[in-house]
Amino acid sequence: MSTGAIDSLGPQKTPWVRYVMLVLVALVMLYPLLWLVGASFKSNREIYTEVGFWPSSFDLKAFVRGWKTSTEYTFATYFLNSFLICIPRIIVTVISCVLVGYAFARFEFWGKKLMFSIMIGTMMLPLVVLRLPQFLMFRELHWLDSYLPLIVPSAFATDTFFVFMIVQFLRGIPRDMEEAAQIDGCNAMQVLIHVLVPLLKPAIISVVVFQFIWTMNDFMGPLIYLASVEKYPVSLALKMSLSATENVEWANVIAISVVALIPSVLVFFAAQKHFVEGAASSGIKG
Amino acid sequence: MARVSLNKIEKVYPNGFKAVHGVDLDIRDGEFMVFVGPSGCAKSTLLRMIAGLESISGGELRIGEKLVNALAPKQRGIAMVFQNYALYPHMKVYDNLAFGLKLAKASKAEVDRRVREAAALLEMEHLLDRYPKQLSGGQAQRVAVGRAIVKKPEVFLFDEPLSNLDAKLRANMRVRLTELHRTLRESGQPATTIYVTHDQVEAMTMGERICVLKEGRIQQVDTPTNLYDHPANAFVASFIGSPEMNIKKAAVETGGVRLGSALLPLDTAKLAGRSEVQFGLRPEHIGTVQRPDATLVNARLRFCEHMGSEVYVHFDLGNEAMSARVPADQIGTIATAERGSAIALQFQLGKAHFFDAETGLAIR
Repeated sequence: MSTGAIDSLGPQKTPWVRYVMLVLVALVMLYPLLWLVGASFKSNREIYTEVGFWPSSFDLKAFVRGWKTSTEYTFATYFLNSFLICIPRIIVTVISCVLVGYAFARFEFWGKKLMFSIMIGTMMLPLVVLRLPQFLMFRELHWLDSYLPLIVPSAFATDTFFVFMIVQFLRGIPRDMEEAAQIDGCNAMQVLIHVLVPLLKPAIISVVVFQFIWTMNDFMGPLIYLASVEKYPVSLALKMSLSATENVEWANVIAISVVALIPSVLVFFAAQKHFVEGAASSGIKG
Repeated sequence: MARVSLNKIEKVYPNGFKAVHGVDLDIRDGEFMVFVGPSGCAKSTLLRMIAGLESISGGELRIGEKLVNALAPKQRGIAMVFQNYALYPHMKVYDNLAFGLKLAKASKAEVDRRVREAAALLEMEHLLDRYPKQLSGGQAQRVAVGRAIVKKPEVFLFDEPLSNLDAKLRANMRVRLTELHRTLRESGQPATTIYVTHDQVEAMTMGERICVLKEGRIQQVDTPTNLYDHPANAFVASFIGSPEMNIKKAAVETGGVRLGSALLPLDTAKLAGRSEVQFGLRPEHIGTVQRPDATLVNARLRFCEHMGSEVYVHFDLGNEAMSARVPADQIGTIATAERGSAIALQFQLGKAHFFDAETGLAIR
């Protein structure tokens, strides 16, 4: 292709075409979300009768009713439950994945390549396959109806995607600094804590964000392992509000769905700068 | 106070490649020793073995009187300056300097005193509050050196520390580092230094002794002047000096050696019994001015390189390409001569070197 042809498509001549296209695509992608937010202020009847997303009046009743739920607990309990799963899980994930990633990226040991291949292989494994054996195992351990089955596996770096991401990120960091730290008197663990962890910050923040969003959204795990309603996280509570009565109060469900989105959105935007850096560079530098 | 002694040091990699072949070397207490050689000569590997960053496959390494083969880097009493500075990007310069001392659990007052002392010595007190990314290359280099000084190590190790700097800064830092070494030594502090470089100018100007390496073997260890005047073999002769020494195969004849079509009149007593040698003559020993110890040789001009104060004259003697280094004020008509024209050059044959035709070893 000649440079003339490239220029004719370039931004100087028809920038608006590009922006119109982008806005159209963005609208298609974002409209359901906009509709959800708009619908959260509508009444049940208005949801069924109005197509547009703009509510006729801003009515917060749906939020109040949704928050109360049809159970004896409010959504405050369910949010707290979600955080009781999320926060410990994120902590053990970060610790275990950084340790395992460090070992794979920086140490030579027998069977390293094979183990790394097996680890990558498990990324291809559908999670469903593991459900039954895991369920049986946790039943033997008497861990059912507790948060342990949702948290403890992550303490063994079973979230292999994160290990892989950290290994790739570490491979992009020159070893000079670690050698300088060794000469300064660090042992392997001190090198990790004092030198590598600060450098790994973008990757670690990515792990935190991904794990937070995935755990908040996880439905199958809590559904399988938790029996008591008082231990339900937000994802299960939302589902419960759908099936509690025959006449679903959609306005309430939608309002509380919007609230349920807030933590993930906040975490994402708070970490956005580092998160994008971490997720992007782990791919490029590898 | 520490000397460093290497006794039959070997390095064999897991894939069987032998990088270092039984190196024997004694570095005296307080000495500035330079390891020099082309890429892949294992000079950096040897330094990293001394630092403890590479394992030693065979032989004994002693720092002071202590056998350190199996010791971790921090137990060896060394400090190292890396080519890429290797400053910790998340720490301010002050913390970069203090990090090693803090790990060694030095008191806060002691850490502060030593950091400020080192900063003063390197004239970088104003940099202490900056992050590494806010430093220029030269400043980062000074911080890296400071980090080594602060530890007051027995031995300083430098791994091509100036190769990322521009030419002017490099010349400046060369002088600073040499001065720093002498300052430390004169003030009675340990100052044994091992400096790795591929730049022979750095080696010649900084080293008190130079160890020339090739393919994991020591070629010669000597003072810069001795290396220059009495190279042990053709490799050392060609590696030291710029432009490199003219080394050409020559036939030994009665009354001299024959280089292509030219017979160079020489005393061949020490070449007795040989029919062929490698003849070496440094470019600076070929000139244009008549001297009592010089022999007139006719050659054919290829081209001239003007360096300012001197001119590198490239010419053919018979079929052999050679070069001469002539002061600019003595270049005369050669500067404007046509390519391929005949020129007359004065060879100081008394300064010629001879090397064995096969082994390359110097014939003395």
